[in-house]
Amino acid sequence: MNYGIVSQEQLEQIDTILADKLIKLGVDCVIIIDMAGNIITAKDNGESKYDVYSFAALAAGNFATVDAMAKLVGEAEFSLLFHKGQDSNIHFSKIDDELLLISMFGKDISLGFLRLNVVEAIDEIKTVWDTSSS
Amino acid sequence: MSFINLKDKVVQVKIVYYGPGRCGKTTNLEYVNRKFRDQIQSEMVSLKTHGDRTLFFDFLPFDMGQIKGYDIKIQLYTVPGQVKYNATRKLVLKGVDGVVFVADAMEKQREKNIRSLNQLHENLQAYKESIFKIPMVIQYNKVDLKDHGVPVLPTAVLRKDLNSRLKVPDLEASAITGYNVAATLKKIISSTVVSIQKKLL
Repeated sequence: MNYGIVSQEQLEQIDTILADKLIKLGVDCVIIIDMAGNIITAKDNGESKYDVYSFAALAAGNFATVDAMAKLVGEAEFSLLFHKGQDSNIHFSKIDDELLLISMFGKDISLGFLRLNVVEAIDEIKTVWDTSSS
Repeated sequence: MSFINLKDKVVQVKIVYYGPGRCGKTTNLEYVNRKFRDQIQSEMVSLKTHGDRTLFFDFLPFDMGQIKGYDIKIQLYTVPGQVKYNATRKLVLKGVDGVVFVADAMEKQREKNIRSLNQLHENLQAYKESIFKIPMVIQYNKVDLKDHGVPVLPTAVLRKDLNSRLKVPDLEASAITGYNVAATLKKIISSTVVSIQKKLL
């Protein structure tokens, strides 16, 4: 990745992974952001309408804050970051030092099932990333 | 670092308003939010304390239209100005493309402006950015106060204090009345976009 540019081909591959692994599962919206709060890509089920730009800025801030708190108690990081609501939930997962995957999902999906799929999706995304930068 | 999406042809640019506490960073954004309402699709996000002081940041996404077929999305951020929040200021500066330094023209704030600018220099260094290289505009805010009998530093003094080495574009402003708020924004957007173009070529 050079100066924050991702090729069209890479983005399409990543979008396909997100659609297959997460949207198909019933996740409402998936966003990949960088730690500065920029959106790399956002995918939704076509029904939910979130303000993804504000979301990305807040999520990056939230993640950075939690990370700083982890350091204060002597942890390298908190690996599970999950917000549970009445009808919707948000799950954060680190892809690498620069990227974050955020899933917003309803009450029909169990957290464990989602996490399994997020791990698989992240592995596949990393492959796309690595092949391009090598 | 700006993010460029070649598929959707979108460039995201991060501009941070930096400056000492109560200098008017949030007021700048609030004015932009009111004035350019039709170019802003979402609500301004403000994370603040009960006393209306910025706790984490304000965020305002702003559509600038297209350059060479690319949609330019400007993301405006402010930092919390209070001295104790430097850790948070550092977080907000991550990935910054352009900085507006808002200085408080009130006489009694002279020291605080200089201290804040020095800290900006240090904070940028932590991200391997240089205050001498990053696109920057300095705004001397609150010049309207001299009409109300409040002692205000002459612009020449402010310029000598803050801009004698940086030599970046600077202007007087009054965020509360809107004087030069849009001009500041235009200046920083154009310097930032030009700098991104240069890095890409």
